[in-house]
Amino acid sequence: MALQSLDIKQRSATTTSPPGVRAEATVELAKLIDTTKCIGCKACQTACMEWNDLRDEVGDCNGTYDNPRDLTAESWTVMRFAEYENPKGDLEWLIRKDGCMHCADPGCLKACPSPGAIVQYANGIVDFHEEHCIGCGYCIAGCPFDVPRISKKDNKAYKCTLCSDRVAVGLEPACVKTCPTGAITFGTKQQMQHDAAERVVDLKSRGFENAGLYDPAGVGGTHVMYVLHHADQPGLYNGLPERPHVSAMVRLWKGAAKPLALGGLLVAALAGWLNYVRVGPKEADADDERAAERAKERTDG
Amino acid sequence: MAEVTRREFLKFTGASLAGSSLVLLGFTPETALAEVRQFKLARATETRNTCPYCSVACGVLMYGTGDRAKNAKSAIFHIEGDPDHPVNRGTLCPKGASLIDFLHSDSRLQYPEYRAPRSAEWQRISWDEAFDKIAGLMKKDRDQNFVAKTADGLTVNRWLTTGMLAASASSNETGYITHKVMRSLGVLSFDNQARV
Repeated sequence: MALQSLDIKQRSATTTSPPGVRAEATVELAKLIDTTKCIGCKACQTACMEWNDLRDEVGDCNGTYDNPRDLTAESWTVMRFAEYENPKGDLEWLIRKDGCMHCADPGCLKACPSPGAIVQYANGIVDFHEEHCIGCGYCIAGCPFDVPRISKKDNKAYKCTLCSDRVAVGLEPACVKTCPTGAITFGTKQQMQHDAAERVVDLKSRGFENAGLYDPAGVGGTHVMYVLHHADQPGLYNGLPERPHVSAMVRLWKGAAKPLALGGLLVAALAGWLNYVRVGPKEADADDERAAERAKERTDG
Repeated sequence: MAEVTRREFLKFTGASLAGSSLVLLGFTPETALAEVRQFKLARATETRNTCPYCSVACGVLMYGTGDRAKNAKSAIFHIEGDPDHPVNRGTLCPKGASLIDFLHSDSRLQYPEYRAPRSAEWQRISWDEAFDKIAGLMKKDRDQNFVAKTADGLTVNRWLTTGMLAASASSNETGYITHKVMRSLGVLSFDNQARV
């Protein structure tokens, strides 16, 4: 078993609890993406590819700046460009860096049936461990933001790790470090919320009266947060969900259904055992043997 | 070898099925540990340099394998921004952030090449040959076009038919030396990539 380099908070499909004697000294970290400062240069995308050794296939142009067009198993972050005509008739170019939101209540981890394939560290990062991944795709069904992708090469799920390998040694994620406009910042969740609040005040004074922080409570808050000019309409930013939540089916299947299934299993086992001790094994008597002989002769003859 | 009856076989398979079902339901004896990907720069050699692209001249850190021991041949495998560089303070644009592929590109120019007039072929030449050729051409042009005095007898010592375009990815000291060398030849047309 691998050594532990970050404290584990949750682990997929596991009922044994992680080592828990350490005090909650690990700071909760977060990445703040200020869409109002983003110029869509995609330095975060190339820095991500560079650090994580990913080289996606060269795509094609669909008339927008989205390149690649969508997240893939080899593109863990993608700039999404939206053209929005505001009520004043002005065009606004809303650019959002899409990728894993690192939810406090991760739907992927909840849905994952493979022990240890998805873990959540105490610092808030949700990480996939591909060596345990069975490629079932439940994480995709569980994700409210449609982020994980199954690789066609090895049939395993991949997504942004928030550079857990860099963060584990005290560095910031690669995208954060490279961002030339300072639109992406990284620090404690508290600090990021504080910085966002200051920025929101600034934006409101500049005429964006609906500016706000996107840290949706439906998934327990996220460790990747956005400052939006139009926080009242997150859908403008290429369909950012307004109230993301883990699907009710996933909650049912991985919540109530699990003890019920276990109960059913135990009842079946108990019934079998009771039948065995009270009635005993079913023995074939002479009549049964003769009936079987006749049936055999008929089919043979 | 032990005989296995039909009943025993069913017992064994039933028990295995029940066990694996319990594991799938989450009753796994595995300890809840996990490890992140190994940090790939742990003992890599860090070298400072300047990004070769535009005139902003951002500082970069290049990470090479090995610790510069005599027998360890270094190879650069990662490049990121230099947080101590005053120009970019660690940030890099999309081109700078993907410098590693520029470095390892098959089409990267790694040595001087020469294409003779009216030829379509590039031929590889040595650095000495390249310097000799450039110096020869400069001398020929300077000998033909150097102006020591103007028509009214004013000493100017200027050479107007050749110019110098300097790169921005130079230190102050390099800039000073470049300036001294070119001015001493009489070159007046002087420009720098940093004007872009």
